[in-house]
Amino acid sequence: MPGQIAPLHTKVLDADARLIEAEPYYEPLGGEIALFEAAYASQIPVLLKGPTGCGKTRFMEYMAWRLKRPLITVSCHDDLTASDLVGRYLITNNETVWIDGPLARAVRCGGICYLDEVVEARKDTTVVIHPLADDRRILPMEKRGELLQAPREFVLTMSYNPGYQSVLKGLKQSTRQRFIAIEFGYPAADLEKKIIITETGLDAQSADKLIKLAHMTRNLKGNGLDEGASTRLLVHAAKLMARGIAPRTACSGAIAEALSDDPEMLRAINELASSLF
Amino acid sequence: MSSPPRSSDPRLTVAAAEPLSANALEDRLDEILDPVLSTRRTATRLAEAVAPLPREHQDFVLHWVAVIARTNPEMAYQFAAAAPQALARLDLASAEAWIIEAMDTYDRDGLYRGSAVFKNVGEFARLSRGTAAAVSFEDVAQVLQLFICGLSGRRLRLDTAARPHTDTETLFLPPSIALLPRREENFFIYKAMATLLWAQGRFGTFNVDLDAACAGYSDPERALDLLNTLETVRLEACIARALPGLAREMQKLHAGQLPDSRCAVLATPAATISDSVALLAQVYADMAPVHYSYTPVLQPERAAAVRKARLAKEKSEFQSALAQLLEEKDNSAVPPQPAERFSIQASGLPAGNGNASHELMLDGKPVAPPENVSQLMDSILQDLGEIPDDYLVAAGDGGYRQNRRDEHDPADVWKGVYHEEGAFFYNEWDCKRRHYRKNWCVLRELGVLPGNADFVDATLAKYAPQVAQLKRTFELLRGEDKLLKKQPNGDDIDLDAVIAAYADMKSGMELSDRLLTKRHKSERDLAVMLMVDMSGSTKGWINDAEREAVIMLCEALEVLGDRYAIYGFSGITRKRCEIFRIKRFDEPYDTAVKSRIAGIQPQDYTRMGAAIRHLTTLLNQIEARTKLLITLSDGKPDDYSDHYRGEYGIEDTRQALIEAHRAGVKPFCITIDREARDYLPHLYGPVNWTLVDEVARLPLKVADIYRRLAT
Ligand SMILES: Nc1ncnc2c1ncn2[C@@H]1O[C@H](COP(=O)(O)OP(=O)(O)O)[C@@H](O)[C@H]1O
Ligand SMILES: [Mg+2]
Repeated sequence: MPGQIAPLHTKVLDADARLIEAEPYYEPLGGEIALFEAAYASQIPVLLKGPTGCGKTRFMEYMAWRLKRPLITVSCHDDLTASDLVGRYLITNNETVWIDGPLARAVRCGGICYLDEVVEARKDTTVVIHPLADDRRILPMEKRGELLQAPREFVLTMSYNPGYQSVLKGLKQSTRQRFIAIEFGYPAADLEKKIIITETGLDAQSADKLIKLAHMTRNLKGNGLDEGASTRLLVHAAKLMARGIAPRTACSGAIAEALSDDPEMLRAINELASSLF
Repeated sequence: MSSPPRSSDPRLTVAAAEPLSANALEDRLDEILDPVLSTRRTATRLAEAVAPLPREHQDFVLHWVAVIARTNPEMAYQFAAAAPQALARLDLASAEAWIIEAMDTYDRDGLYRGSAVFKNVGEFARLSRGTAAAVSFEDVAQVLQLFICGLSGRRLRLDTAARPHTDTETLFLPPSIALLPRREENFFIYKAMATLLWAQGRFGTFNVDLDAACAGYSDPERALDLLNTLETVRLEACIARALPGLAREMQKLHAGQLPDSRCAVLATPAATISDSVALLAQVYADMAPVHYSYTPVLQPERAAAVRKARLAKEKSEFQSALAQLLEEKDNSAVPPQPAERFSIQASGLPAGNGNASHELMLDGKPVAPPENVSQLMDSILQDLGEIPDDYLVAAGDGGYRQNRRDEHDPADVWKGVYHEEGAFFYNEWDCKRRHYRKNWCVLRELGVLPGNADFVDATLAKYAPQVAQLKRTFELLRGEDKLLKKQPNGDDIDLDAVIAAYADMKSGMELSDRLLTKRHKSERDLAVMLMVDMSGSTKGWINDAEREAVIMLCEALEVLGDRYAIYGFSGITRKRCEIFRIKRFDEPYDTAVKSRIAGIQPQDYTRMGAAIRHLTTLLNQIEARTKLLITLSDGKPDDYSDHYRGEYGIEDTRQALIEAHRAGVKPFCITIDREARDYLPHLYGPVNWTLVDEVARLPLKVADIYRRLAT
């Protein structure tokens, strides 16, 4: 039949046990791997600080692979309630059924729970992680009248972007002081270049220029941009360029437009890109 | 929504009146210019020159003489003297631009330069008569500012000057460029010019004494000109290495030719200003200076003065910063022998800009200096090429931090296309060109001279019954804590709903998914910003009505316990927008606030857009689910510059309200102007404004607004 579209096979990720089988590509920035391992062995939760797109998620995937634990990621948003994390009763077949939230699942299976952009969550939500994040290591499930004791293998991690927080959305001291913090920044120029080349196969000379452009946009941070171009955006632009898209077009689409909607800012970033390429 | 009713403003319809006589004019001018007239300098000549003009022009002159005299009477005199000649060459809109240019110059550089703009009306007329391809500084300033900021190095400002040059902290560019037939080409000349000026700083053109280098030649001016040509060769080679795409375009403008084959040595990566100075001696006799369309000029003495002041300042800042680093490291006061703990390691690796990168070391280990300190190092390296040993001695203590607080945020420097210290900058919407003029309005927050707080008690007594009613109405509005039932999402099971659903299901109906309960936040989550018109037009009963209305509103808001703030607004022109602080969000409604409300007095003109933008910004710093911006005003936006009257001002205000709306703020206008009806719907939409011509009726109206907006 004309116009029929063959169904695609969408891979359904099994959130319960997202064990990472292949080694993710991760380029260490400093001592973060050793630091994380030490925190893990000491059963102390970890806070990853840094701007968006600088490798925090990739690092978690890598560590999950290295420690051979499932990784359960929760993207936080301002409607995220404690029940969303812990679990809730649902009604099916004439009965109420308890469904674990991702945090409870991670505790039960001794996984790594990664709360991405934790400050986006409501303040009363972050409080439920407190007993889990100190040496009690328990998750109270009030509605079930249950206390879950986390196994040794469980670790709580979260990410936080200090540069982009409004005054209102800081992380409370009572929360942050329970964590060991690892600071992430953009990788140094030569490392970032290596990451771009490894991830996309772009030629070295173009990668150099992309990195220069990234530094230019990072100079604009606080002067009209909330953030400069992240490693992620460079990888995006590099992927386009590696597929033969003209550099100026690739930078405009993958970098300028991703950073701003302001016409003059867009023009300025495009001018910067065209002065390099 | 209706279009702006332009004709509704009586000020816009100018009746064709008889011209004023020379005598009448002289009387008016005498009165306004009195402080700068004498027996030898009278207004007679001025009046005689203005008398032959049509009445419309005469009114224009008198209006502006009065306005300028409020800033400076001598400027007003100079304007009056130049006006007849100017009006012969310029239309009224351009004449206004000329006045603004003169006043800007006066603000920035003082009386002498300011009056020179008035005297030089010919020059202004020539520049403003651009072709369609002309690009003006204002068109490009924002993009270029961002562009230069992206290139890194020291923070640089942009400003205008007749001849492009830099003093190493500001890049001066011409007010307009119309050298090539296409707009993009003229924009490119701006960009190339700005980049070359940036390169002069970045690549050390001013790191030797240029005046001294040229002094020994028979014609030092020619020597400087030629040195400029040589430096342009060297800097273009630097640009070609750092910004190859841009250099390619620049070369197109001069076919990529070197002005002289002997210059080739300057294009090598190792070349410095010293090489240019050395080459100057060899080529002085037989090489002619070359100027491309984008070649700037060198102004060594200005640059040297700014550089010298900066060196001194940055040295002490750097040393204090080191002291602070030590303090942080040792967690104690500066130890007795701080010397030699700091060093610099130059790693051969070129950093982002092709310079060797320098690392700061403390006790032999690299330290990561805070952002501001690495910027400082970068600036010092730009000037000196190294961090000299005597810089590496920690000195001073908290002084550095102190300095930084006094200075404004570097981000403000970026904003300062004009040198306005400690002010806020807001965009303005230009409806004709359909774009924002960036950082167009300069706004300051000012205090209010307290009035007599008795006014508050008098008002409360006067409206005692209304106040009582107001309180009752508002008590009803106070929300209660609620458990919402039958919710699709929630924290607990709603047993009643489950039982009902079970029964439904048994009888064959569909199972509802609304089976949960949710606790509704009891807290009223509201913040209110009251914006009070303090423009001159509110003088008289409107001002009284406004103050009374504010007091009533305060009483109501106190009942509700909502957070609220009160600010007044007024100003003259885009550079003097003023916001008067009456009550901040975090201030209680106390005697001080009451006397400030009593002290609300009519000031100058109304530039509403900037006021709305500023107060929206303040409102957005408050976390609240509902944010109201309530304007109390007599009428429409209007500023002394004719430019802001009528459509332009209405459209900018409308745009500001749209921005506020987008930012999650609900604007509402309470107006005391009976003729307001025709444009308010255009500004606020058909429902979000109300006319209150009697303060006694305000409570009902306000309760109504609240029910509509706050829930
Ligand atoms: N250290 C690194 N090693 C490998 N890839 C990296 C690294 N840092 C960033 N990347 C690249 O940048 C992209 C974005 O990183 P990601 O981990 O998603 O950022 P974040 O979680 O900090 O927002 C990754 O998909 C990867 O391509
Ligand atoms: Mg007014």
